[in-house]
Amino acid sequence: MTRVTMTVNGKAVSGEVEGRTLLSQFLREGLGLTGTHIGCDTSQCGACVVHVNGQDVKSCTTFALECEGAEVRTIEGMANPDGSLSTIQQAFQDHHGLQCGFCTPGMVMTASALLAKNPTPSEAEIRHYLEGNICRCTGYHNIVKAILAASGQDVSHLGHGDAVAAE
Amino acid sequence: MYAFELVRPATLDEAVTALGAEEAQALGGGQTLIPTLKQRLAAPAKLVCLSGLAELKGVCIADDGAVCVGGATPHAVVAAEAAAHYPALAALAGNIGDPAVRNRGTIGGSLANNDPSACYPAAALGSGATIRTVNRDIAADDFFQGMFTTALEDGEIITEVRFPVPERAAYQKFEQPASRFALVGVFVAKYDDGVRVAVTGASEGGVFRWAEAEAALSGDFSAGAIAGLSLDADMMIGDLHGSPEYRAHLVKVLTGRAVTAAG
Ligand SMILES: Cc1cc2nc3c(=O)[nH]c(=O)nc-3n(C[C@H](O)[C@H](O)[C@H](O)COP(=O)(O)OP(=O)(O)OC[C@H]3O[C@@H](n4cnc5c(N)ncnc54)[C@H](O)[C@@H]3O)c2cc1C
Ligand code: FES
Ligand code: FES
Repeated sequence: MTRVTMTVNGKAVSGEVEGRTLLSQFLREGLGLTGTHIGCDTSQCGACVVHVNGQDVKSCTTFALECEGAEVRTIEGMANPDGSLSTIQQAFQDHHGLQCGFCTPGMVMTASALLAKNPTPSEAEIRHYLEGNICRCTGYHNIVKAILAASGQDVSHLGHGDAVAAE
Repeated sequence: MYAFELVRPATLDEAVTALGAEEAQALGGGQTLIPTLKQRLAAPAKLVCLSGLAELKGVCIADDGAVCVGGATPHAVVAAEAAAHYPALAALAGNIGDPAVRNRGTIGGSLANNDPSACYPAAALGSGATIRTVNRDIAADDFFQGMFTTALEDGEIITEVRFPVPERAAYQKFEQPASRFALVGVFVAKYDDGVRVAVTGASEGGVFRWAEAEAALSGDFSAGAIAGLSLDADMMIGDLHGSPEYRAHLVKVLTGRAVTAAG
């Protein structure tokens, strides 16, 4: 076992891990941060996406020890300091961007990484960026709509269009 | 996963020493190796992390104009930093897998793995790139030796890949929608001294150069120039995603599209 130390959601944390301990395991089992979901464990679904030094990565495909000294952010660190939902989270709620919610942590982390790089993405850019995030429920339309809305873009033209038709 | 020790060297020299140990293996971005370890298809005693080696990361331009990509440079960095110098290469890197894969997966890992459906091998072979390792330079024409097989020795680290920049080039990828790898991908590059055409995803022998198309396009760089050519389906991969005949057909269609896209 080796000791690993990192910052998770602004707090310094450390724990004993094996070489093979995945970041997802360390977060969920070591720190009890079970908001990071494991959908596939085969690098396909994106439910486990977290930020490591500001980059969106699949925590099921990253070793905990590779994050020694890193700044990690998970879905638990997304809300505003007063506990209210962040803009992206609120937009998912307002626009029905989730149904069962299993994919949602990964969707929110991926969306926030996109908006950090590209504050007003087009619908096509959003869809392309979500390529690695699989949702079993929503059909994606309302997720895309939520991200458009979170970026401050007008989604009223989608109100009675595709998104509603897909609901 | 079987248990192993994971080490994070701070310098290339330390990495080389660590890889000298029995059953040691390099860890690039882990986007291929970690899934492989989970399936217990690999059982190294020690993994040597290359992600902490700043000297293996980034894109720079050599005196002769070649675009040089550090062996541990993630795909997303190549997509951003090579865009102004070699747009076709940057576009290829920016279309590998998904954003999270591109933030971790590296060029060295992709070339060393030589997956028959991977994108980078087509860029390296199609550009006549040089694969530089800790102890030698290997021409792309000698590097790829069949599916999942390369000229690399055990523990030999790819430190840099040098791409001569063509006059025009383009990569066309027909995506296998579930895996996001290339069902077939074709990289076409036009240089002063001729055209190179590299095909991935199609052949049982891994990435290959389509010599007849190169000859035809070197005379006339237009999609029409390959109209009369056809590929032998015998050497093509057949699986539930596409028959050998379908892949042979796709190679020709995508070659034509790549020529058109290269302009
Ligand atoms: C969902 C998903 C989709 C993907 N889609 C695509 C796609 O569309 N196109 C595509 O081309 N690829 C795709 N990939 C593969 C991806 O590009 C991998 O990043 C890449 O194949 C391996 O690079 P890595 O740095 O992750 O290597 P690792 O997984 O760390 O290692 C792979 C192999 O290379 C060796 N290695 C690593 N670095 C070096 C080095 N510098 N020198 C020598 N040996 C080294 C390792 O020992 C190992 O044997 C996808 C992967 C996933 C998970
Ligand atoms: S759990 Fe990590 S990609 Fe599905
Ligand atoms: S809301 Fe159920 S998987 Fe996306």
